[in-house]
Amino acid sequence: MARWMKSLAAAAGIAALASSVAVSGASADAISDIKGRGKLIVGVKADYAPYGFLDSSGKIVGIEPELAQDVADVLDADLELVPVVSSNRMQFLEQGKIDLMIATMTDRNDRREVVQIVDPNYYSSGTNILTKGNFAKWEDLKGAPVCGIQGAFYNRKTSEEFGAEIVAFKGTAEALTALKQNRCVAFVYDDSFIVSRLGDPDWEGWKMPLPTIDDAPWGLAVKKGEDAFAMLMSGMIVKWHVSGRILELESKYGLEQTPFAKKMHQAFLDFNPSIER
Amino acid sequence: MEAVYEWARVLYQDTGINLTFIYDSYDRNRLIDGFLMTVWLSVICLGLSVAIGVVGAWAQGARSAILRRCVAGYIEFFRNTPPLVQLYFFYFALGSIMPTTTNRFGLPEPLLDNFAWAVISLSFFAGAFNVEIFRSGIEAVPESTKEAAEALGYTRLQTYLEIVLPLAFRVCLPSLNNNLVNLVKTTTLAYAIAVPEMLYQANQIWSDSVNVPEMMTFLLIAYVFLVGVLVWGMHRWERSMRLPGFGS
Repeated sequence: MARWMKSLAAAAGIAALASSVAVSGASADAISDIKGRGKLIVGVKADYAPYGFLDSSGKIVGIEPELAQDVADVLDADLELVPVVSSNRMQFLEQGKIDLMIATMTDRNDRREVVQIVDPNYYSSGTNILTKGNFAKWEDLKGAPVCGIQGAFYNRKTSEEFGAEIVAFKGTAEALTALKQNRCVAFVYDDSFIVSRLGDPDWEGWKMPLPTIDDAPWGLAVKKGEDAFAMLMSGMIVKWHVSGRILELESKYGLEQTPFAKKMHQAFLDFNPSIER
Repeated sequence: MEAVYEWARVLYQDTGINLTFIYDSYDRNRLIDGFLMTVWLSVICLGLSVAIGVVGAWAQGARSAILRRCVAGYIEFFRNTPPLVQLYFFYFALGSIMPTTTNRFGLPEPLLDNFAWAVISLSFFAGAFNVEIFRSGIEAVPESTKEAAEALGYTRLQTYLEIVLPLAFRVCLPSLNNNLVNLVKTTTLAYAIAVPEMLYQANQIWSDSVNVPEMMTFLLIAYVFLVGVLVWGMHRWERSMRLPGFGS
């Protein structure tokens, strides 16, 4: 843990350096590419309020776009946001369609083999369901049609371990419509997303009744092999945790402050004595 | 079988080619289910669309102007809109105003599920083309043949069923063949409304295991196989129905 922290501190230093001075030309390809074209291209969700969603003018806004803007500011580049979905986000990164992916992706080892997930994790969430029915435990879903999103990793667990019949759609808009039209009895998804719906008057009477499972950290990712860019992003994440940026964004977008964000904020405060308290 | 599973596991370790659908029993079962669902969906839609084509082509030549206009309207509607849009329209728009039943969770459930809507939408889509295909065949039957049938005392329906249709079938089989091949490929669109067919299952597997190239290759081979079987069957049928001296 201490060694991990130490390398992060180094990364934080780099980020601090990056935010004051321009990044030197000797760094890796991704960074020089971005500087060269003067534009940072970030893949974010566009159907996942409040992390990434469309505002009334059709612009992508939310917590993750704001984080992306922070990165663009540090690199002194313009920001271009590309909407991604769970089933194509890693491919976009691999193909170079985006430089950076901040798209509510759960950090998993098999994903680390495909893209470079940056440490530390910037956020965390678990799995729960949105329903009107009376379900007390996950096993109650046995044999029930449950809406989901194509490509989400907990689809398998929900059907394999709890016996639910997953009815998966392309995006949350379709899945939520299907839920409202009673195509399924519940919608299995990230608890962070469900919490944001529960506050919405459209969803009055709906509940998130089950214990959250699989509380897992989210990782933002760069293309495999972009070590310098990954290092810079490590620094960015540490800076967000240290400064309480994540907590601030949660409040701004009307979310409860999550235990994970609080914990990370505390952890980094305690670690680095040079930070003002 | 174990040896094959083991081979796939070793292949993954040695080369990174990840054929989860061979060694992982869960992935294997859902891909088999997906394959069977595609076959089932295709077979039902093939049958229904041909039936719609036959009935529609007959109605096109009916005496009643209303019936003829209805068929023309149907063809225009289904031929002029993309099948994916039709699926969404049927499932989300029409489906929402259908009557519901109560399921065992005490919640209402729509009468027609996503599979039923996929069958309806795809059959009518392919059926619209089949009507036109059969019409082309019917129009190729010489007027004198029909007059000969009439002279022999055949009724209109008898002439259609026993003289015109058998001849028309032979003429339009090649283009019918084409349309049915297209229909089998179009069943992949059903994954948009969560019908667990082959593409849907493959998509879930590659999302879980990040083995997109492997799954894409599998899909390609599987569809080449499925369409190959269909084309082979249609060609056999075509040959067995060949009349010496009629057509080419």
